[in-house]
Amino acid sequence: MKDPEKPLEAHESDNEKRAEVSRRDFLGTSVVLTAGACVAPILFNKSALASEGAVPGGPISSAVDVTLRVNGTAHALKLEPRVTLLDALREEMQLAGTKKGCDHGQCGACTVLVDGRRTLSCLTLAVMHDGDEITTIEGLAGSDELHPMQAAFIERDAFQCGYCTPGQIMSAVALLREPCGASDDDVRECMSGNICRCGAYPNIVAAVQDVRRSKTT
Amino acid sequence: MASRILGSAIKRREDPRLITGQAKYTDDIVLPGMVYMSVVRSPYGHARIKRIDSKKAEAMPGVLGVFTGQQMKDAGFGPIPCAWVVPGSDCKTPPYPPVAIDTVRYVGNAVAIVVAADRYQARDAADAVEVDYEPLGVVVDAFKATQAGAPQLHGDVPNNVCFHWHVTGGDVESAFKSADVIVKEHIINQRLIPNAMEPRGAVAQYLGATGEITLWSTTQNPHIARFLLSLDTGTPEHKIRVIAPEVGGGFGSKLPHYPEDSMAVFASKTVKRPVKWTEGRSENYRSTTHGRDHIQDVEIAAKRDGTIVGLRAKVWANLGAYLSTAAPGIPTILHGLMLSGVYKIPNIHEDVYGVFTNTTPVDAYRGAGRPEAVFLVERMVDLLARELKMDPVELRRKNMIPPFTDGYTVATGLVYDSGNYEGALAKALEMADYGGLRKKQSEMRAKGQYLGIGLCTYAEICGLGPSQVAGAVGFGGGLWESAIVRFHPSAKVNVMVGISPHGQGEETTFAQIVASELGVDVDDVEITHGDTDQTPMGWGTYGSRGTAVGGGALMGAIKKIKEKAKLLTAHLLEASIDDIDYADGKFFVKGSPDKFKTIQDIALMANVAWNMPKGMEPGLEASAFFDPANFVYPFGAHIAVVEVDAETGEVALKRYIAVDDCGKVINPMIVEGQIHGGIAQGVAQALWEGAVYDDDGQLLTGSLMDYAVPKAAFFPKFELAMTETPTTVNPLGVKGIGETGTIASTPAVYNAVADALAPLGVKTINMPLTPERVWRAIQEARS
Repeated sequence: MKDPEKPLEAHESDNEKRAEVSRRDFLGTSVVLTAGACVAPILFNKSALASEGAVPGGPISSAVDVTLRVNGTAHALKLEPRVTLLDALREEMQLAGTKKGCDHGQCGACTVLVDGRRTLSCLTLAVMHDGDEITTIEGLAGSDELHPMQAAFIERDAFQCGYCTPGQIMSAVALLREPCGASDDDVRECMSGNICRCGAYPNIVAAVQDVRRSKTT
Repeated sequence: MASRILGSAIKRREDPRLITGQAKYTDDIVLPGMVYMSVVRSPYGHARIKRIDSKKAEAMPGVLGVFTGQQMKDAGFGPIPCAWVVPGSDCKTPPYPPVAIDTVRYVGNAVAIVVAADRYQARDAADAVEVDYEPLGVVVDAFKATQAGAPQLHGDVPNNVCFHWHVTGGDVESAFKSADVIVKEHIINQRLIPNAMEPRGAVAQYLGATGEITLWSTTQNPHIARFLLSLDTGTPEHKIRVIAPEVGGGFGSKLPHYPEDSMAVFASKTVKRPVKWTEGRSENYRSTTHGRDHIQDVEIAAKRDGTIVGLRAKVWANLGAYLSTAAPGIPTILHGLMLSGVYKIPNIHEDVYGVFTNTTPVDAYRGAGRPEAVFLVERMVDLLARELKMDPVELRRKNMIPPFTDGYTVATGLVYDSGNYEGALAKALEMADYGGLRKKQSEMRAKGQYLGIGLCTYAEICGLGPSQVAGAVGFGGGLWESAIVRFHPSAKVNVMVGISPHGQGEETTFAQIVASELGVDVDDVEITHGDTDQTPMGWGTYGSRGTAVGGGALMGAIKKIKEKAKLLTAHLLEASIDDIDYADGKFFVKGSPDKFKTIQDIALMANVAWNMPKGMEPGLEASAFFDPANFVYPFGAHIAVVEVDAETGEVALKRYIAVDDCGKVINPMIVEGQIHGGIAQGVAQALWEGAVYDDDGQLLTGSLMDYAVPKAAFFPKFELAMTETPTTVNPLGVKGIGETGTIASTPAVYNAVADALAPLGVKTINMPLTPERVWRAIQEARS
């Protein structure tokens, strides 16, 4: 871990000047600026490997206490402030249903619901969601039956490889409560934050419309 | 039962796990003690590596090691092999070290490996590895790379020409001399970036005590990965297990054997821990193979009445900096041999130059060679129609190969299996109301509005086999498939197949085949794929071969099950084997349908083996291999309708009509999904997508913000229909459908835009047809 006081300079070698400033740099900086005030100064990284002493270097940074309420269950975690909500879900809570497609907020695969609103979990830090109600694809279905949107996606064959699908479905579920117009074109526009490279768009639109129609009748 | 299941749109077996987030992709694999690999990559397009200083990185928290290409080489890890060295050319295979040793040749070329306890630490440490480079000259354009004075990528490849391959059929020189009309065009079939939504990844676990490697990989072909990994890691093939868990799309980009597979194995072996590597998206743009990238000089020759007499082309195919797994075969075998399209073109000649440049290696991308061929042919046919002032439909019909069912040989030497091109075209024209569209077009033109109607009538080569041909064309493997069908005492069925679907839905298709052929419930069939320890040999899922070839193997195993069941039935019913017939799950005595055994009876008896015929082995299990007699050639006719705003250059796709023929359809819902996806990717090439490098070799389109992967709002509803012309090449009578949409839609949409702009005198615009390019072309034509 770089020195948090000097997050940008720490790894800028002469030869890497052409390399982009990575998102981690940005996150590192912003954490210092925004979350730093509420971060307990010295806590140990949660990494089992690191804490077992199996790996040289020992604790790698300040970690903070955060409680994430995911799918109705509270998870008390110690996280580095720079950990994204996406990585916290996937790596710390073993909720790997939420997918990382780009890690840059460009593809929509990581969409989850935060207090009912669709949110790109790769573009938000876990520490910012202490106490928020987070819903992922794993929490959408009831114990016995699928969420109507999941059922509609199956019925309409609205996916192929399935990688973007959790994000598509979370967006589609959020859309049901958004002021999206009634037409297919409106749905296409409202779903445009979620890329499907398999090109299942016609069937995704059909699935969303099926659920919307069934809710209004 | 048979007729009910086969051909019906049953829901996919894959869906429940995918829809609930329970499916496990490679990056979801977590092993005890697992550590993470990050790759240091070159920021230069071409440079000599002067020094790698890893001291700072090695001292960082959590870092287990930083490794160079030289260290990999010293540990016995060899160069990445190319598996398709096309014969009849002078194909050169310069070494492709998994991690660069002296020289980097493209932006993204691996320079060092970092292994650390978590992925954040690994990436931080990768950023801290200091590399001194001495920049060298860069060339990114395939034609320029062949010119005198161009920077040279590899010492033993003069003028960067990896190979010169050609195909000749008939007498092109004479044909062009005798022609009334010759039309020429310079076509840029631009470079594309596949963009599977799941980035590539690898989890490698090396067990020192046994010398065994397990690699979880985002591969389309685990058995090929195992074979090639055994070559470059020096690990015997039987000590390697490759698992392709859920794979989130591939489109050809997960076909190659990649350096990172080898690196992850090396890292696991070296740090003695399981090692995970997962690609970032911008890393994917730089290090996962790209597709297309042809420069084509084409001429078509015809008689005044529209009869095409010859086609010739010179192609510079960009291979990138190194030869990826299948790279040489794509612009040659899968492209050059398809230049007759659906037409009687008696004389064809093409020269293809495979060229190294300072760009990411190029390999298969959905269609792989065939889009570059079909675009070439369909564009030239449209240009010829324009020159002759003929309707493009009329010109196509005049030259089309008439319907055939038992083979048609084209000038390039291929024997198409079956086709009814006129039938597909007629259906598409009817669906589109072609006459009505032309009328509407002329009305709109009178008002200064630009409606365009574009056609593509295509055939493509897929269902890749037979193996004998694979060998003859230099493919470094077979192209057969295998399957095992295993009945349990309760008549539940496990099926193990060699192919490895990753979104194509063959778990469903294959279960449908087993259910309908053997009379079991579709839910009683489980399909296992994607694990070299659990499945029989297979040569991978690409070239639309899963159902055409893998399904053939499955049918072979089913046939053996039926034969054994008949023998057992004859024994149990004390009847002659010649009197036993089978229908709908029942083996019965001919003429006495009430005397029968169900497949469930047979499965139980074969497994308990209480009363077997003398000499019959117990169990009900069969294994079969299938090597097709020929490729399959699906075909169809696509029509795109666009409106172009001449003031802004914006192209609006108003309608898209697709009539495809993939032989017999097993699951229409899945087939439709494949066509949707294919069209989306092909339209995207025509209108939005294109990889751009600057002259220094920097990839300017290095993220989803810079490279326009289409979104839901980009498309109208597609109007689809099928015709059905079975093939005799495989027992199911099926042809591939995974790539047809991509192959057909790019020329259909391009031709539509060109048709819209014809009154303005616009002839050529390089793809993608972005508003800026269209607007500029209109301005140039007007001035």
